[in-house]
Amino acid sequence: MAVSNDTSELNVGTGAAQAVSGAKLSALFAGTMGPLIGLVLLCLALALTTDTFLTVRNILNVLDQVTVLGIMAIGMTLVILIGGIDLSVGSVLALASMVMGYVAYPDYLNLGVPAGIAAALVVAALCGLVSGLLVTVTKLPPFIATLAMMSVARGLANMITDGSQIVGFPAWFTNMSIVRHFGFLSVTVGLMIVLAIVFAIFLNYRATGRSLYAIGGSAEVARLSGIPVKSLTNWVYAICGLLAGLAGIVLAARLDSVQPSSGVGYELDTIAAVVIGGASLSGGIGSIGGTAIGVAIIGVLRNGLNLLGVSPFVQQVVIGVVIALAVATDTWRRRRQ
Amino acid sequence: MSTEPRQSESPHNGLFVNGLSKSYGPVQVLADASFEVRPGEVVALLGENGAGKSTVSNIIAGSTKPDAGIIIWRGEPYSPANPAAAIEAGVGMIHQELKLLPDLSVAENVYVGRLPMRGGRIDRATMNAKASAQLKRLGLDVSPERKVRTLRVAAQQQVEIAKALALNAELLILDEPTAALGGEETELLFKQIRKLKAEGMSFIYISHRLDEIAQIADRVVVMRDGRIVARHERADIPVRTVVEQMVGRSVERMFPKLSPPGDKTVLEVENLSSPERSFNNVSFSVRSGEILGIAGLIGAGRTELVRAIAGADPISSGSVRVAGQPISLSGPAAAIEAGVVLVPEDRKEQGVVLEQTIGENLAIGNFDHVAPRGWVFPKAVQRFAEAGISRLGVKGRPNQAVGKLSGGNQQKVIIAKWVSRPPKVFILDEPTRGIDVGARAAIYDVIADLARSGMAVVVVSSDLEEVLGLSHRVLVLSRGRQRGILDRDEASNVAVMELATS
Repeated sequence: MAVSNDTSELNVGTGAAQAVSGAKLSALFAGTMGPLIGLVLLCLALALTTDTFLTVRNILNVLDQVTVLGIMAIGMTLVILIGGIDLSVGSVLALASMVMGYVAYPDYLNLGVPAGIAAALVVAALCGLVSGLLVTVTKLPPFIATLAMMSVARGLANMITDGSQIVGFPAWFTNMSIVRHFGFLSVTVGLMIVLAIVFAIFLNYRATGRSLYAIGGSAEVARLSGIPVKSLTNWVYAICGLLAGLAGIVLAARLDSVQPSSGVGYELDTIAAVVIGGASLSGGIGSIGGTAIGVAIIGVLRNGLNLLGVSPFVQQVVIGVVIALAVATDTWRRRRQ
Repeated sequence: MSTEPRQSESPHNGLFVNGLSKSYGPVQVLADASFEVRPGEVVALLGENGAGKSTVSNIIAGSTKPDAGIIIWRGEPYSPANPAAAIEAGVGMIHQELKLLPDLSVAENVYVGRLPMRGGRIDRATMNAKASAQLKRLGLDVSPERKVRTLRVAAQQQVEIAKALALNAELLILDEPTAALGGEETELLFKQIRKLKAEGMSFIYISHRLDEIAQIADRVVVMRDGRIVARHERADIPVRTVVEQMVGRSVERMFPKLSPPGDKTVLEVENLSSPERSFNNVSFSVRSGEILGIAGLIGAGRTELVRAIAGADPISSGSVRVAGQPISLSGPAAAIEAGVVLVPEDRKEQGVVLEQTIGENLAIGNFDHVAPRGWVFPKAVQRFAEAGISRLGVKGRPNQAVGKLSGGNQQKVIIAKWVSRPPKVFILDEPTRGIDVGARAAIYDVIADLARSGMAVVVVSSDLEEVLGLSHRVLVLSRGRQRGILDRDEASNVAVMELATS
């Protein structure tokens, strides 16, 4: 089959090196000039108006704060690229973290944190796969399929402990988000960066990644060209679910607790980050580089407004305005071309 | 050729277009266009894509403003600010892409924007009765309460015409009205046009199908590069003359000389039927180097048949063999693997991703070639694209968006996507739909070359002349049934139509 990648995954290292050296790295950020300029201006403004923004400590804080959003946004980028949407990521995050707590915590199954993480990732991927199957087999619009999953996953998350939270994990687990190796890099931030790089390479240089762009551009053209549209769609939703689950584990490490009510509204933040990064909700346009910028804009904006002492309510207003502005300038720029 | 309208001795109550010009930035799309349409007359407006027909029509219909020039309509200066003003003045336009609301009823569509009201509520009885009257005027037997979505394309178009009639239009602009119609439906449309003409209505008729012009038009205006290059007082002018005026050079031959086919049978289709009965028990074979044309009216099952052979749609029974081996019809991927490729009917929806570059469009479906072990190297894609571009003579660069290319070049990109594999069976569905007359010859040459290189080629077309000129043999379908296969020397216009309408 045209896009199979059977044994080649074994050679990721060498192949990736060749591929990246074959093209300019700037290709990863192609078409994201607008958001990038916005991010730079935002940073400049904050550097001038506060004396704390442009400190190493604060920048590291921002990185820590965006890990959950960043990991989810990678999965959402894939979904939006193929012309879909996933509203369930916030609920799947909560469900995955509850599964982890339930499996790991001494009062419940007491199987240890690694088993809990594994179970959480499996459940999260399955949630995504079910959404994908609802889209490809039952032919539900992605909006409806994932809206249903959003409700189901939230309900399941609450059912596990009847709505109560689970507090207290081993130190090595919470340290993953606290201890900064080499003086700057926590495990969770490192994980986010590695995932972003892996998926950026996947989207740019893997046949399967390029196929996602084709599906988003026109699913029928892709299908008639021999691309297995349905199975790739299932995979994309499963990976989006998996990454939402991973984000749930990261959140658990950051908070040293899991609660069924976590992640409410995260799907909207995630979609916002992807869209601010230049992705088109109709599919076919977008990149991990753009999404990284989108995530950074939201992270820097929240951080900066906090530093300036702006109330969280006003922050919501500002972020809403930024979303509208970002997409409006993008639309305007495309029309002019 | 007629005299200039501005020197016309006997002014009439129709439309005078005088010296219209329009530029977008540095590009002049319309230059000093002048012609007239008398009451009760059909004027055919001919020209290639980009010749300026749409610009003229849009100006007359009020959706574009001219830079210079005047229009006189019914004895008065006429410069509609928007389509609503044009409609108010009795000028309507039926667009190629119909602009109906599919989930509303026929009557609601006819009266949308001016629904008859009584006591603050829609007066459905009056609306349906009035719509019915307009439909009757067209000789159309459709319930005014039916949802437009449930109507066939031809009937939907007539709802548009009924809408224009209800608006008291006296001049109708028809943009490619027969593009989606079959033979019988076209006949019905022509009958309606003649009837309305007799009532004094005028028409501007835009079409690519030159054979229709002689049947329906009274006069012909030919445009090229934004200018009017010829005006004919009669419509029965030789097609060759019109084509030459449209493309601005002499067209020596439309169809390439076909090489004789080989002996080896490549494609064998046996008793193929579709689950929806859109085609039944179809059997044929195509030899290496042979071009088989598939003719038939709209709805005869031609597209459904070739899509099934290419694995795009499921079948209910039958088999397909390629080079003697039975192939799986489980999906396009399996068919492509077996060497069967399809250039689909709807170029923009099924053939190319318009926003993506030529290189990306060529890479889709060829990742096994351009992506060794699954790694896509931009340079490999570039080289692959350059090879395809030069082989097919595409006017474009690898990193150019396909949406910016002309229809003919887009079609070449789709063909280029497949040629390098190389396939054993090449199927082309409506390969020249919406493509300029001048560019068609290039597509015909490409198709003849595909056959010459040893592939079995199948061409579906609604353009009968095209099927006859391009095929070694012609298979005729009618209502899903195979009516016969004619050899080139026995396949004539009449012979094919007889079978197609049987």
